[in-house]
Amino acid sequence: MTVSPLRWLCACGLWLILAVAQPLQAQPATIPADAATRLAEDGFSATEAAIGLIAASGAPHAVAALEAMADRRLLFWKDPARAIWRDAAGASFDLLTGEAVASPPAGASLVRVNNRLRGAIQAALGTLTLLSPDPQRRLRAAEAVLRSRDQAALADVETALARETVARVRVALLEARAALILTGTTADRPTREGAIATLVDVADTTALTVLRQVLPTADATLKPVIEAGIASIERTMAIRDVAQTVWFGLSLGSVLLLAAIGLAITFGVMGVINMAHGEMVMIGAYVTFVVQEVIRTHAPHLFDWSLPIAIPLAFVCAGAVGIAIERGIIRFLYGRPLETLLATFGVSLVLQQAIRTWFGPTNREVGAPSYMSGFFEVWGLQITYGRLWILVFTLVVFACLLLVLRATPLGLQMRAVTQNRRMASAMGIRTRFVDAMTFGLGSGIAGIAGVALSQIDNVSPNLGQSYIIDSFMVVVFGGVGNLWGTLVAAFTLGIANKVLEPFAGAVLGKILILILLILFIQKRPRGLFALKGRAVEQ
Amino acid sequence: MITLRLMRALAGREQVFLALLAALIVLVPVGNLVMPPDSVLHIPTGTVVLLGKYVCYAILAIALDLVWGYCGILSLGHGAFFALGGYAMGMYLMRQIGTRGVYGHPVLPDFMVFLNWKELPVTWWGFDWFGYAMLMVVLVPGVLAFVFGWLAFRSRVTGVYLSIITQALTYALLLAFFRNDMGFGGNNGLTDFKDILGFPVQAQSTRVGLFVLSVATLAATFGLARWLVGSTYGKVLVAIRDAESRTRFLGYRVEHHKLLVFTLSAMLAGIAGALYVPQVGIINPSEFAPTNSIEAVVWVAVGGRGTLVGAALGAVVVNALKTVFTTGALAPYWLFALGGLFVLVTLALPQGILGLLERRRAAKSTAVSPKAAE
Repeated sequence: MTVSPLRWLCACGLWLILAVAQPLQAQPATIPADAATRLAEDGFSATEAAIGLIAASGAPHAVAALEAMADRRLLFWKDPARAIWRDAAGASFDLLTGEAVASPPAGASLVRVNNRLRGAIQAALGTLTLLSPDPQRRLRAAEAVLRSRDQAALADVETALARETVARVRVALLEARAALILTGTTADRPTREGAIATLVDVADTTALTVLRQVLPTADATLKPVIEAGIASIERTMAIRDVAQTVWFGLSLGSVLLLAAIGLAITFGVMGVINMAHGEMVMIGAYVTFVVQEVIRTHAPHLFDWSLPIAIPLAFVCAGAVGIAIERGIIRFLYGRPLETLLATFGVSLVLQQAIRTWFGPTNREVGAPSYMSGFFEVWGLQITYGRLWILVFTLVVFACLLLVLRATPLGLQMRAVTQNRRMASAMGIRTRFVDAMTFGLGSGIAGIAGVALSQIDNVSPNLGQSYIIDSFMVVVFGGVGNLWGTLVAAFTLGIANKVLEPFAGAVLGKILILILLILFIQKRPRGLFALKGRAVEQ
Repeated sequence: MITLRLMRALAGREQVFLALLAALIVLVPVGNLVMPPDSVLHIPTGTVVLLGKYVCYAILAIALDLVWGYCGILSLGHGAFFALGGYAMGMYLMRQIGTRGVYGHPVLPDFMVFLNWKELPVTWWGFDWFGYAMLMVVLVPGVLAFVFGWLAFRSRVTGVYLSIITQALTYALLLAFFRNDMGFGGNNGLTDFKDILGFPVQAQSTRVGLFVLSVATLAATFGLARWLVGSTYGKVLVAIRDAESRTRFLGYRVEHHKLLVFTLSAMLAGIAGALYVPQVGIINPSEFAPTNSIEAVVWVAVGGRGTLVGAALGAVVVNALKTVFTTGALAPYWLFALGGLFVLVTLALPQGILGLLERRRAAKSTAVSPKAAE
């Protein structure tokens, strides 16, 4: 790649000016009036000088102005010399002050740009944005340099690297620098080896691409080093892929577990087929929506608290609906599982339609509090906070549920009633009350699941339907009446889904899982961890 | 003589049912084709198509009643067999379009040309021949039900477990048929049919012909099912429903009995689907939706399970209700009504409409008999 000396000069000049101008950047700067005068001269060299002036000014609107110039949205007047730019929406702004101009006078002409000027604008923009206070801009600039392999930017990259503190941007800059060194002609051998080592350290797809691209043109002595580097990166990436799949699988598994955990109580412990289980999840999600709406209109500063507020409310709402269903319908159908299935399916239709009538058939917007958005990187793996919190939350809910079942009087009574109803009744346990409470507990947990799922899924009347078959699969796969089985089943299915996805695609992967599950149930009709003993035959 | 003996063997409601079907076969064609359009007795073609749809649903309901009402197998996947039969018929109809498609390709259906396919997939071979297509209508659902049932019944998957995996089966098929590369038209399914055995599908006479054929099939299905449940085999089915383990200990091969009735029922459902598709003019993956299968179960429950006639009655009543609800201002309330129906039937009417009628009659006769004894 040849670099024109002029661009070199231009870029270096810009850099010098910028370095001098740097301390001034703190104060709100304007672009010197000279820039407008040079533009008004309407010559390519004069315009180039103006570009230099605009870039050197360090004014906050310099980037917007330069971008406008490249897009032919910059206008000038000859007498008196003046320039404005229009943004994409058509609003006008003064070049010098950056303030909005309500009604620009007539008689303006367009600033002409040719390819040489475009190059100068891009270089100026690259430098400006490499040092921009906004990390996102810096990141994009570094990626742009990496793509363009513009040797002129090497010096800028070095400077930017020296002061960069954000890890992600730093990685991008390191890669850009290594790519420039390896594709350039000037660097000596140790520097090149250093660049390769840097890329091997970073070990992501970009680094791999860079190394693969430079391999054919590298000189013979350097080739083995690059090849070893490529092999090393590929190894790292393979391991990372596995870790990635496991993480995605755990994430999906946590969603499955969350959706299925309430069902593990109503279906697993009580043996009630509740087809309206998905609608309990939906109710939880809509409770979250309502809580957020109320917070938005009455107390916006509490927005981050919307989920902690929604969780108990969702538990109470879904639990109350669950108790109502149990008292009103299910208790008449104990011992008739097929009828229960049909009746609760009817309930699910009614609940869906009720929500559709009240909230409309479209998706409702549920926002993410600040701690749920964004991500962090561990060893090249992107971990989104939302997914991480859902995983943690699921495990906490699971632990709490175990605790309730094992360590509270209600849990003891629940187990007693499910194991031997008449004996429990003879011991003075109010079995009907326990039935209602158990069903309420399962439904309430489904409601809590809805709060979490509202963060990753569309909140619509159909929300519940998409989980019901998966939930039943998880519970049946894990073994009915066995909470630990449900846990293992959810994560197994989650990971299996994600392992199959790359080979078979998302939909086919899901179909495969369903078929495997159907076959599995044939083989072990009572799930992975079947209960043993007399309770089985009930 | 034989007819007389047969009629005597049938219960009163079954005689009424068959008489009704016979009346439909005569009256609907007359009402549609013979009566002038301004006559009170005229039956519009739209109504004929609607009735034809109900009749297809009634066949499906009888098929479902056979497994659920008599053998206690609650299948939540019968909609899948219905849709598979429909797809087999749809494929035949697609091949009949020939060069009349939008792209005018002599062999490939439009959607394949659109997807840039070069030749017909193996799954489509032979579907231009009516006999083969009709064979597939019963064979595909039959084989699927046989394999599925063989696996399920052999490992004694029963009750709600079976219901849930049948639901998973239809769900898996739903997902599969949505895929374009399955080669069954993806999301849009198969439509734009032109003619069937040389008769144009849209023509009034063809529609009436299909209707008559559907009613005749319903009668035949009913006859077959009635004969089956009246036979020794049918008694064993009921025994399995009521006490599976005991039947097994008595020496019956429960799995074999279940497998036969399940496969037969799936084939009947396939035939219903095949009659349904040319009448409504489209088949798409939404027919596989688990909701459809559950709705079919509720038809049987509403009419009265384990009665055959009740199942057909339920299918017609519920679908007539659905038509009334979904075509007018009541549309938003249809799901409330349907949901309510599910709850009502299971809680208050475990024997369905027929059960209610029977109980009334029984109450009347017990109220009458003491007087008669005096």
